[in-house]
Amino acid sequence: MWGKLSWAAIPFDQPIPLIASCVVGLVISGVLAFVTLKGWLPYLWREWITSVDHKRIGVMYVLLAMVMLLRGFIDAIMMRSQQALAFRSPGYLPPEHYDQIFSAHGTLMIFFVAMPFVIGLMNFVVPLQLGIRDVAFPTLNSVGFWLTATGALLVNISLFVGEFSRATWLPYPPLSELKYSPGVGVDYYLWALEISGVGTLVAGINLITTVLKLHAPGMTYMRMPMFCWTTLASNLLIVAAFPILTATLTMLVLDRYLGFHFFTNEAGGNMMMFMNLIWAWGHPEVYILILPAFGVFSEVVATFSNKPLFGYRSMVAATMVICILSFTVWLHHFFTMGAGADVNAVFGIMSMVIAVPTGVKVFNWLFTMYGGRIVYSTPILWSIGFMVTFVIGGMTGVLLAVPPADFVLHNSLFLVAHFHNVIIGGVIFGSFAGYTYWFPKAFGFRLHEGLGKASFWCWIIGFYVAFVPLYVLGLMGMTRRMQHYDVAAWHPWLLIAAGGAAIILTGIILQIAQLTVSIRRRDQLRDETGDPWNGRSLEWATPSPPPAFNFAVLPRIESGDAYWGIKERALQQARLSEEPAYAEIEMPRNSPTGFVCAFFATIMGFAMIWHIWWMVGLAALGAYATFVVFAWRDVDEYIIPADTVARIDRANRSARSAALARRQVVP
Amino acid sequence: MTAFEAAAGHNDDWEAAGRQPRLGHTASELVSKRIITGYGFWIFLLSDIIMFSAFFAAYAVLVGNTAGGPSGRELFNLRNVGLETAVLLVSSFTVGLASIGAQARSGAWFYGAMAATFILGAVFLSIEIREFASMAARGAGPTRSAFLSAFFTLVGCHGLHITIGLLWLLTMMAQVFAKGYRADILRRMLCFSLFWHALDIIWVAIFTVVYLMGAAQ
Repeated sequence: MWGKLSWAAIPFDQPIPLIASCVVGLVISGVLAFVTLKGWLPYLWREWITSVDHKRIGVMYVLLAMVMLLRGFIDAIMMRSQQALAFRSPGYLPPEHYDQIFSAHGTLMIFFVAMPFVIGLMNFVVPLQLGIRDVAFPTLNSVGFWLTATGALLVNISLFVGEFSRATWLPYPPLSELKYSPGVGVDYYLWALEISGVGTLVAGINLITTVLKLHAPGMTYMRMPMFCWTTLASNLLIVAAFPILTATLTMLVLDRYLGFHFFTNEAGGNMMMFMNLIWAWGHPEVYILILPAFGVFSEVVATFSNKPLFGYRSMVAATMVICILSFTVWLHHFFTMGAGADVNAVFGIMSMVIAVPTGVKVFNWLFTMYGGRIVYSTPILWSIGFMVTFVIGGMTGVLLAVPPADFVLHNSLFLVAHFHNVIIGGVIFGSFAGYTYWFPKAFGFRLHEGLGKASFWCWIIGFYVAFVPLYVLGLMGMTRRMQHYDVAAWHPWLLIAAGGAAIILTGIILQIAQLTVSIRRRDQLRDETGDPWNGRSLEWATPSPPPAFNFAVLPRIESGDAYWGIKERALQQARLSEEPAYAEIEMPRNSPTGFVCAFFATIMGFAMIWHIWWMVGLAALGAYATFVVFAWRDVDEYIIPADTVARIDRANRSARSAALARRQVVP
Repeated sequence: MTAFEAAAGHNDDWEAAGRQPRLGHTASELVSKRIITGYGFWIFLLSDIIMFSAFFAAYAVLVGNTAGGPSGRELFNLRNVGLETAVLLVSSFTVGLASIGAQARSGAWFYGAMAATFILGAVFLSIEIREFASMAARGAGPTRSAFLSAFFTLVGCHGLHITIGLLWLLTMMAQVFAKGYRADILRRMLCFSLFWHALDIIWVAIFTVVYLMGAAQ
């Protein structure tokens, strides 16, 4: 009846996961109880859970990413402290638990922190920057978000029910095959990613269609803000790469569930095919993550330098070149496979070639800042920190792209240091820059500057203290994923690295403090006009937070840096443009489809993991019924009357007129 | 104008209502919902084709790894496969007729052609299931060798798509029956016909790469 599920699945004999899951359970039920007692549940259901508004969905993506960041960071602290303690001793984490922790850390950080963070930012910002009212497929957008949340939920259920994978964040066979990983850990990994992968694909389709097909009048491709271009490139990669991940994981599922022989040792299976397939997805994946971050930096650097982006066209070209080249370097993840010198040389050279367009981008940002009137606020600090850190990470990457050097360094902590250098220094710094930059747009008040800067300094110093020792350790020959060791020379470096993690922890605590303080002081930090940073692109033309319909009347775009042009005209004429003729607006109606669909997906994933076949069937039926119910509805839009539109827009226009008058007085 | 475009119609309802549409400024500057839906669905189909290409790649890698078991040459029956191909290609024609029938608001053509498509799809599927069952009965199931694992996965994935397509087809007929030829339903019909044609394209690749090349080896 319940498949492999029994009471033995609950880790009563392991205090760490048991206590951790009890704490998580208490926090979740506490939040739920608080929300219910306050009577906020109907509001949350109506306005957020069933929302198809791209801004709300974007905010929920980012929230999911931040919560998962905490979970993933706890894993990181546990690994660092284990390695600091485990010199000639077993440490405090037994190997089977330690292996789950590093697998969960990688899985969470890539799939449920970095991915939702960048997808959330793209979702929130892109329609605003394009001057439109919503994405192409609003309900599908909600489905995509909730399926991603399903994946995150399944990974976290594994903490309490059963176990998580011990086969690292990319489950290499034969270790991940049933023979060597007989438990449910790998199955948790597989179904979490199969389900969230569908969600990501849906988000990708949606955003490509949005960028390519929906524009305000006059918003030609070469007038789009840089962030829209990097969104396009990133989502093209999602659509081209995620199906490969889905197919590859499906093959592993078939091996594990039905005894197929794709990657097994027996009957002609080929495990190196897994490495090729997974990295044919995996390498584009790193560009899926970094390209939106590049877009954020392009926006932030231009805005806070008070200059248009230097070399816009070369930036567009570099983005699209990266988009294509990212599919030509995957083999550098396993130079040691034995493909031969010629193959390795080709992929080594391609890996260096892809550094060129990235270099173009770095110089463009530097030239944008050169001669600008730079305002050193938190977002640009993250951007400058990124430029320094990412260039170092990029250079160690070029080093690893040299096959002979890779033979020495592969699987060592040098590699771990390299990819943390580019992912933390690139994706995470970019996400935080975007979070600080667009926070006032989303919520109508800015984040506290002082705490933001303090957090930045903790993050960047902590990063170097934590990861430079790993470069050294890698050169000293320490391999990754070691649960204990007995080389005395490594120990001091691992102690320093643990100290670095503690400094980053301080940075995270400061970020939580920043959010709390900013909410409490929101009246002082209020963004009245909707343009707190003297921005250049169209999102700053809307009130903060923007109304459901974004733009009362769709703007007419006559140049790049669209909002800058509108502002310049207003300053010259010393008044805003004429009040437009307001009309009623049709918006898509909210729908619980996404949530209900994810509910059934969660049940289906859980039932698959535990081999409860009847429940799988029931959940599939439920998912189908959800879609039929959705397809059967007759009214999918509602109308916002013209006077509501007028009222909201007039309020914002009067705030902007006041700001304009203030700027006139002080020339 | 292609048959699909004709089938999908141009009567997006906001144009008639004269309201300010969600996605554009005025009607003339706006990309219609039909274009947006079709475009998004094309991108989905491309992603689906990429997923198939991963299965094709796995098949190409593993085709020689028979582990002492039977190879394609011993297993494939080209007469059956020819019949499957013919049935599927004709079903593409009938789904085209159904699209035109929907565009012309002709119930007889729409339901007739959709029913024909369903029958052809079901015939295809039953031939495929019979082929799979007979292979499994001869000890050539997917667990026998890596080659057979890849074969069953690739061809089975296409079969699964056909199955989902048949479910969608019935839902589509029920929707037209319940709601009539509404603009949003015609857009769905456009997506369905694109889906069905894409399965044909993938089948042509399977026919060539798996069956013809396999039987020739």
